[in-house]
Amino acid sequence: MVRFLLPVATLWQRELYHFWRQKSRVLGVVASPLIFWLVIGFGSGEQGPRFFFPGTIVLTVMFSAIFSTISIIEDRREGFLLSMLVSPASRASLVLGKTLGAATLAWIQGAILLVFAPVAGFHPGLLQLLEVAGALFLIALALSAMGFFFAWKFDSSQGYHAVMNLLMMPMWLVSGAVFSIASAHGWIRAIMWVNPLTYSLSLLRGLLAEAPDPAEPSLAAGFAVTTAFGLALLAASVVLANRKSVRNVG
Amino acid sequence: MIVTVDNLSHRYGERVALAGVTFQVREGEIFGLLGPNGGGKSTLFRILSTLMAPSGGRAVVAGHDVDRSPENVRRRIGVVFQSQSLDKKMTVAENLRAQGHLHGLSGSALRQRIGEVTGRLGIASRAGDLVETLSGGLKRRVEIAKGLLHRPVLLLMDEASTGLDPGARRELSQYVSELRDREGVTILLTSHILDEAERCDRLLLLHAGRVVAEGTPAQLKARIGGDVVVLETAQPATLGPQIAARFHVQPSTVDATLRIEIANGHRFITEVVEAFPGLIESVALHKPTLEDVFVHETGASLW
Repeated sequence: MVRFLLPVATLWQRELYHFWRQKSRVLGVVASPLIFWLVIGFGSGEQGPRFFFPGTIVLTVMFSAIFSTISIIEDRREGFLLSMLVSPASRASLVLGKTLGAATLAWIQGAILLVFAPVAGFHPGLLQLLEVAGALFLIALALSAMGFFFAWKFDSSQGYHAVMNLLMMPMWLVSGAVFSIASAHGWIRAIMWVNPLTYSLSLLRGLLAEAPDPAEPSLAAGFAVTTAFGLALLAASVVLANRKSVRNVG
Repeated sequence: MIVTVDNLSHRYGERVALAGVTFQVREGEIFGLLGPNGGGKSTLFRILSTLMAPSGGRAVVAGHDVDRSPENVRRRIGVVFQSQSLDKKMTVAENLRAQGHLHGLSGSALRQRIGEVTGRLGIASRAGDLVETLSGGLKRRVEIAKGLLHRPVLLLMDEASTGLDPGARRELSQYVSELRDREGVTILLTSHILDEAERCDRLLLLHAGRVVAEGTPAQLKARIGGDVVVLETAQPATLGPQIAARFHVQPSTVDATLRIEIANGHRFITEVVEAFPGLIESVALHKPTLEDVFVHETGASLW
């Protein structure tokens, strides 16, 4: 057990060291969603700031998760992960350590935005805030696992970035972040129902609000889908990382 | 035998990188894989360090098959990569601690071992420094410290001295032979640098995925009788056959120079210059080097 947890802990800690030593990173990740929120939110009318707030937090978490997992690509060919690959530490501990580290950073940055909750018109109590924080970590973990899964296959960070933008941005756009599932039409609405991020967003929105909107997926569904989505991607990443390489990259 | 490689082969798609390589490494020796880039060294290194599964053949490291039980091999080897595997944003001590954790070391045992390896490689005073502030030579020493932390029986080093200036390279070689003596670790290194190869106990010359020669540096050089004379000329293609016919030697053309292996080279020089006045621009004579051995065996240059 210690042999499993020690590498997990050390990889997790490494992410935090990095974060702490490059504090300007926070600005890059938090600033653009914040600007989005200020412009679209306050520009679109009275309900704007409140409506767009949960989506802004999820966007921040998503940016941070992509940013953290991008390092896997360079790290694996030349860098710290190489020594991990030739150590007896299990690949599962590698996946878990890296994903937990990335998730923690994404969580911190998402949580920073919670400071603006009152401005957005949310006034969560302490218990509610803890629930929100918990849900946020779950979302951060799922998105980081997704980042890991895709990063492992890529050998250039540009390619990874392009694909993640192509995949994650639309996923976010049809998650209820910019228009609610109730107001969506036709096939877009159908896509929203199968988009796991829709459930993550409604979980966050429901927990922030005084009472969840009955037109959206329930809190239980939000929790269940987000958890299942995260676990599935973690498992898939472990399987992927355990594959034997016959190519010239680790 | 600490490493037994038997008829190992590997291909990347259509390209053959290793074509039936066989050799053994004895306990306690410094064993060098010498060859040009693209000769198969890196592929061999990746297979021996369990990063990649071979397409065919067998490699047994410290008693375990690299393909079938990589975990057992990983516990017993230390690996120093050509590319940097240190985390630049962490200190030397943090890097070593993380490496210890990956190998299941922790607490006071780990602290003590970090003290030991940093002392042995002369980096103890830099333990608290961020890796990005260290010089190239120091970084390599930290990499080696990292590879040694878990007391491996075999240390694999890939082009460890590439990019270092000659002074740092010499220093590194000294550390490596001290490690062999004091830690009792066997060292397998890849190189295309001659003076590094000279300091190995035994060498394997690799070219185009095949073993071209094996032996101690002295044995390998003894394959060439006498001296090596290198002639610079504007017309190697015409002068070569003429020299061959007249002196009964076999000049090889390497990078627009003619290279001739011959006993009593000093006498040959005066004769060849007199025989072809005006055609030879410069003449050099030297005792055989490992590069000459490489040219002798393959007809190709080491670089």
